[in-house]
Amino acid sequence: MTPEDVFRAEYGRAVAVLVRLLGDIDAAEEAVQDAFTEAVLRWPTTGVPPSPAGWIITTARNRAIDRFRREATRDERQADAMVLHAPDETEPEGPVRDDRLRLIFTCCHPALAAHARVALTLRLLGGLSTPEIARAFLVPESTMAQRLVRAKAKIRDAGIPYRMPGDSDLPDRLAAVLAVLYLIFNTGTGPGSVRADLGAEAIRLGRLLAELMPDEPEVLGLLGLMLLVRSRQAARTDAAGHLVLLADQDRDRWDHGLITEGQAIVRRCLRRDRPGPYQLQAAINAVHSDARTAADTDWRQILRLYDQHMVIAPGPVVALNRAVAVAEVHGSALALALVDELDLPHYHVWHAVRADLLRRLGRASEATDAYLAAAQHTDNMAEREFLTTQASTTRRASDGVIP
Amino acid sequence: MKQYLLSVYQPDGPIPAPEVLATISRDLDALNREMRAAGVWVFSGGLHPADSATVLRPQDGELLITDGPFTEGKEHLGGFTVITAPDLDAALAWGRELSAATTLPIEVRPFR
Repeated sequence: MTPEDVFRAEYGRAVAVLVRLLGDIDAAEEAVQDAFTEAVLRWPTTGVPPSPAGWIITTARNRAIDRFRREATRDERQADAMVLHAPDETEPEGPVRDDRLRLIFTCCHPALAAHARVALTLRLLGGLSTPEIARAFLVPESTMAQRLVRAKAKIRDAGIPYRMPGDSDLPDRLAAVLAVLYLIFNTGTGPGSVRADLGAEAIRLGRLLAELMPDEPEVLGLLGLMLLVRSRQAARTDAAGHLVLLADQDRDRWDHGLITEGQAIVRRCLRRDRPGPYQLQAAINAVHSDARTAADTDWRQILRLYDQHMVIAPGPVVALNRAVAVAEVHGSALALALVDELDLPHYHVWHAVRADLLRRLGRASEATDAYLAAAQHTDNMAEREFLTTQASTTRRASDGVIP
Repeated sequence: MKQYLLSVYQPDGPIPAPEVLATISRDLDALNREMRAAGVWVFSGGLHPADSATVLRPQDGELLITDGPFTEGKEHLGGFTVITAPDLDAALAWGRELSAATTLPIEVRPFR
């Protein structure tokens, strides 16, 4: 194990503990980075200590105390906090777990801008560097650095607390945390995405949250959903990098380890019987994962799950996905009528679903227009290429040439 | 303990019907009493409409006096409350009550 491995695995834990001890995020990050710098220098000769995370936390605390002694100008409260809380040895496991939970809820506080929540979570809990986060979200490094500085300043100046939300706030605050993780996941899992690391990072954070909050079924639901979607990552593009739709994927290339884990989580959720949107989406993905071939897919079961989704958390995007299941169970004409009722003119998937239904109904010329509209509304190159290829195919069909 | 400014943002235009205003005024009084009883209340007040404002602006070594308000817009500061609170979550909880009483958006902002 190198200091780099320990950094990836333990950075979030160490920062979380130090934020509690120091009462300041910047000071905590500085101290933890000092400790890792020392590890890089010392571990090659001394060997990796038995508890690398404990060593990092203890060293970081000592470095922070040294720094406070040097910089007499530091806020007195911080020095007091150090004296009050400074433990003698490695932290017991209990408070450390709580620290990471507190840090997650602080990073995902609704008083912070959505993009700042994502950046802070990746920086403080994921240990990603500012340049890495900037690359992942396609913004200049200076912009991302500025976002992080502003977010940390707001936490400090506005007094965003470093603790678990109270019971009455918990449902909304947890929903905000899950939304941040799912956004990180989706940024890393798009077709042809070069940002696959973020998908893995979101799953790592999802596992952590599921470990810290084992009684929240939606936390498990999100983890299950991410695992099942991730299991199809390798099959989602072909050798040339072209997008492959679910129905056409080589199912031998699915990751069956992730599927087994995801399906076990879905079964756990079903036993608890407190369904929510993430659990239902995980269950729908589990049904897809069950099918040996696309033709074996139990679309009636999927439609029942979407019906339930529409009861507990209705929305136009859910209705659109439900329409895809309706097409398989009740035919394309009925599905198209449902899709046409939805008002999603800027959502490329709406155009793509319409296009596919029109194509199936033999309305090739309308399908071509819809495929082109879909291509126009996506920024993803692999998706756009797929949609324009589809448009050329339906255009040839409407011109009377057999594709 | 930090102090927070809770600003009430009021849309310009006709004032609500008397019975609506009476409800708001009763709810606000109740909230102010609740804040005092909890020991968080520092100061609160309502303002005349924004077109009653006057702006002083230093320019080229002189002070220009102009008809206000300072900012253009469809909403203006209509009143405010200053409270003490241990952290933002506590301040937001009072802000939520102020929003419910006034039926208006509230900006919560920390003092230095």
